[in-house]
Amino acid sequence: MHPYQYIPATNITEAVSLLARYGPRARVMAGGTDLLVQLRGERYELDAVVDAKAIPELMALTLAKDGALSIGAAVPCYQVYEDEAIVAAFPGIIDAASLIGGIQVQSRASLGGNLCNATPSADGICPLIVHSGVVTLTGVGGTRTMLVEEFTTGPGRNALAHGEMLVKIDLPKPAAHFGAAYQRFIPRNEMDIAVAGVASAVTLDASGQKIESARIALASVGPTPIFAKKASDFLAGQPATEETYAKAGEVASTEATPISDMRGTIEQRHHLVGVLTRRTLAQAVQRARGNS
Amino acid sequence: MTTTEKPQEFKVVGTRPIRHDGIDKVLGRAVYGSDVRLAGMIYGAVLRSPYAHAKITKIDTSKAEAMPGVFAVMSGKDMPLVASGALDLGETVDDTAFTSDRVMAHDKVVFKGHPVAAVAAIDQNTGLEALKLIEVEYEVLKPVISLEDAMAPGAVVIHEGLIGDDLGEKVNNTNIAVHNRSEFGDPEAAFAKSATVLERTFIISRAHQGYIEPHASTAFWAPDGKITVWTTTQAPFGVRKTVSALLEQPLSDIKVIPTEIGGGFGGKIPVYLEPVAAVLSKKAGRPVKITMDRRAVFEASGPGPGGTIKVKMGVDDKGKITAATADIRYGAGAYPGASINPATAGIFACYEVPNVRIDSYDVVINMSKTAAYRAPGTPQATFASETLVGELCEIIGMSPMDFHLLNVSREGTRRPDGPVFPRIGNEACLEAIQGSEHFKSTLEPSTESKLRGRGMASGYWNGIGNKSSVTINVNEDGLVSLIEGNPDIGGTRTTIAMQAAEILGLPAEDVHPAVGDTDSIGYSDLTAGSRTTYATGTAAIEAAKMVIDEMKKRVAMIWETEYGNIEHVDGLFVSKVAPDHKFTFKEAAGKLGQTGGPVAMTGTVNVRGSGGGSFGTHLVDVEVDRDTGKVEILRYTAAQDAGKAVHPSYVEGQFQGGAVQGIGWALNEEYYTSDDGVMVNSTFLDYRMPTSLDVPMIETIIVEVANTNHPFGVRGIGETSIVPPAPAVANALANAIGVRLYQTPMNPGRILEALATKKTGK
Ligand SMILES: Cc1cc2nc3c(=O)[nH]c(=O)nc-3n(C[C@H](O)[C@H](O)[C@H](O)COP(=O)(O)OP(=O)(O)OC[C@H]3O[C@@H](n4cnc5c(N)ncnc54)[C@H](O)[C@@H]3O)c2cc1C
Repeated sequence: MHPYQYIPATNITEAVSLLARYGPRARVMAGGTDLLVQLRGERYELDAVVDAKAIPELMALTLAKDGALSIGAAVPCYQVYEDEAIVAAFPGIIDAASLIGGIQVQSRASLGGNLCNATPSADGICPLIVHSGVVTLTGVGGTRTMLVEEFTTGPGRNALAHGEMLVKIDLPKPAAHFGAAYQRFIPRNEMDIAVAGVASAVTLDASGQKIESARIALASVGPTPIFAKKASDFLAGQPATEETYAKAGEVASTEATPISDMRGTIEQRHHLVGVLTRRTLAQAVQRARGNS
Repeated sequence: MTTTEKPQEFKVVGTRPIRHDGIDKVLGRAVYGSDVRLAGMIYGAVLRSPYAHAKITKIDTSKAEAMPGVFAVMSGKDMPLVASGALDLGETVDDTAFTSDRVMAHDKVVFKGHPVAAVAAIDQNTGLEALKLIEVEYEVLKPVISLEDAMAPGAVVIHEGLIGDDLGEKVNNTNIAVHNRSEFGDPEAAFAKSATVLERTFIISRAHQGYIEPHASTAFWAPDGKITVWTTTQAPFGVRKTVSALLEQPLSDIKVIPTEIGGGFGGKIPVYLEPVAAVLSKKAGRPVKITMDRRAVFEASGPGPGGTIKVKMGVDDKGKITAATADIRYGAGAYPGASINPATAGIFACYEVPNVRIDSYDVVINMSKTAAYRAPGTPQATFASETLVGELCEIIGMSPMDFHLLNVSREGTRRPDGPVFPRIGNEACLEAIQGSEHFKSTLEPSTESKLRGRGMASGYWNGIGNKSSVTINVNEDGLVSLIEGNPDIGGTRTTIAMQAAEILGLPAEDVHPAVGDTDSIGYSDLTAGSRTTYATGTAAIEAAKMVIDEMKKRVAMIWETEYGNIEHVDGLFVSKVAPDHKFTFKEAAGKLGQTGGPVAMTGTVNVRGSGGGSFGTHLVDVEVDRDTGKVEILRYTAAQDAGKAVHPSYVEGQFQGGAVQGIGWALNEEYYTSDDGVMVNSTFLDYRMPTSLDVPMIETIIVEVANTNHPFGVRGIGETSIVPPAPAVANALANAIGVRLYQTPMNPGRILEALATKKTGK
């Protein structure tokens, strides 16, 4: 393994200037649960690893008075799911944060790292998409924001420019009668990579019987996590019934572009998108009904 | 012993004492392969072939040699060119030249991960960086990966020097190392007269043992020519013999010190790193340690073979078997030796088959050479035969339990490949399952979304006896130390000590067992073949009897009487002529100094055969998610004949461990291999073994049909438990989903496909 420098940065300015200086020979480290494994596996060589865990903004987790949530890019998963207010308001995120790895991994791994690592199978990204997450990116030249679904650009690739880093992910306050859920399919019960995953979020009308709006996102069935726009649009105005979920599943399945590999086949993945869309919608609706 | 004899009574055997090695292991003090640290030790690293099949046209190591921190570099030219010859490792026989070539390629690589060079450096990272400086040029050849390609006429031949044995005829230019046949009666005529005949072809993937501890070896080649090897192995004496043969050094100049072993299941019988570490040590003048990473373990050590098995069985109108045939083809990997003989022995062993023919093929392909994996060759063949029986029972409308009992093999039955069974526990295991709460329970009915099913299967493993030595030293405080030569994988230190304790009349805790190195204990065959508790236990009993005998002589001396007047009863030495004369073992031991000095006795045995082997029957309930094809094991019961369970907890542990490995093989484990022979899923992430969350508590029933070939009736039990799971699961799945799967892994994707086929009726 190529020797690299370990540099703990204490503020964003220092971190981005290091990134600008080293270019692709440096990477940010949050929990390191992807980064260190990849370095040891010689997936790439680095000259510098910039540890983000001493940068206050990246470690901040704040549920604002107005109900919006801001997740610092390096906040470990356990902090998210151990906060009861967050658990109540952002169920989709919790499904993911408590699913990634086991307890040891969750004590280090961050949703920000999951997002920046940008694998199509990442369990954290689809829930952030359906919760309408917005990322804040800062570089030497300044700060910009974009939707989570626009952030990943290919397997292991993201929209970060040279010298830029992810600072935080903002999730707006969920509307009344909002519910969300994320499920993945793995052949075993733990320690596996999603063959397919689906996150669903719904906002119901006051009666709880009609879907006013919905967002669906698909994992592990394309080069990036996919925002399933057609299925999401289809659901607006539909009754919250099993028939609706099944139809949405069919639509979502057409939006998947999977490949066959050691983890599953194209047919299996299309099929699973249908199943998981159905199941997560039912779960999201149930959660929404309990959320008045 | 006869079947009418009353069961023996025991004081120690059959109890559950705390294992002697428990504290060390729980506290992390036990020294495993990679824990070895010696003064001046440096680290080896192995360069492995990226190709499955290629000629090596050039190796240039000069840049690596010049790198600071590098002490030595080696390649095939640093290994003697040994002649072909038999390398008898106790359970299997390998070829010396092939083994040498496997350990370090000479001029050709024949599997992805094949070692082509190695370095020794100041630390691990320097070693790995140095490997990048070694220039190797290859002329890539067409890899032969599938059995069909390997066996096709005009196939690319992997080893030009391989002379195949086709039913005794020598064959050149072939990848089929061996074709055997075992025949009895006239199966064709019997099929013609049968009421029902069923034939099916099954495919089973190669599967890795998945031991947690990767291979790790350290060697020091001293200036006086003495070689010491510390290694994680099941076969220290086998390592000694192999290192001696491969490096052409005198056997007695080599000392092998087995470390604690973090699992083996047969996979730690072959030698991989030891000769390489030794050669590097000779060049560097320092001890060299090499450890494999997980990818190397998957790619370049020996899993159990995959293969294709065609089975045909006929029955009369009562369900009695009339005839059975099988065609077993295993991919041995890059060198011959795919356990086809135990497959032949096991495939129909549970039944009385009047007419039989079994063909078996040991086929060379461009993947790592397979090794023994728990009941080598037998789970694969039994997956075929027991799944076929499950389907046959469906067709003739007979319960599998009735079918098994009607056709059961028992004492006097001729095993289809020849030997006649002595007393065995096949029927007793079936009856144990039949009487179990699980068998009598009703399976919850299937629903729209959850499909449930139940299945059963039986399995057999013969096992071996062979050579073992045990030394017992009596200490003056009345405790004894026991040295044996079998690395302890499954708790055998304790089960061997318990058998000695039984004879000595001591509690198990008073016997302190240790695994010796090859210089400190007499020759002992490997820890494998379910032989250790059985055969090495027999040696311990021998040694203990010799100790008691000698102690009686000493006691007679003290009491000034005849040796013949001393008895050893209930742990006490007593005099027949003076009833008030009594010594405990401890008292007698305290007086050895006055009666001629130390008592140290070595029992050596060469146990013939296993005494009939161990049968087992497994019962499983599964639940299939109709939407996703995911399988949940709801309930699992394993019954098996232990003869006499020395330490019942360990016996249960072996039943459970084998069942879980078999479930993994059935459901998700496979070598997912690209067309050019590269294993794609060479990590524990993607090589999907069951985790603790994927299996329920495996219920166990210990059946005890005493082994007539062991003083306490003990049978070797370590391996049988992996044989029934795959067909039991296959039968339960068929019961649940109403379609049959003939190929492992029976994973969610395949189950979904099967369900879809059923729906469309295709
Ligand atoms: C045993 C184990 C089990 C796992 N199980 C799962 C699972 O079930 N599901 C799943 O989705 N993943 C799983 N993972 C993968 C990994 O844990 C997750 O992706 C995790 O969320 C990554 O977060 P991290 O903080 O450790 O990221 P890091 O490893 O620190 O970083 C990941 C990548 O993102 C970049 N990065 C991190 N932070 C920033 C930033 N602020 N700005 C720019 N770039 C940044 C890094 O440079 C690196 O390339 C598992 C990993 C392990 C080791």
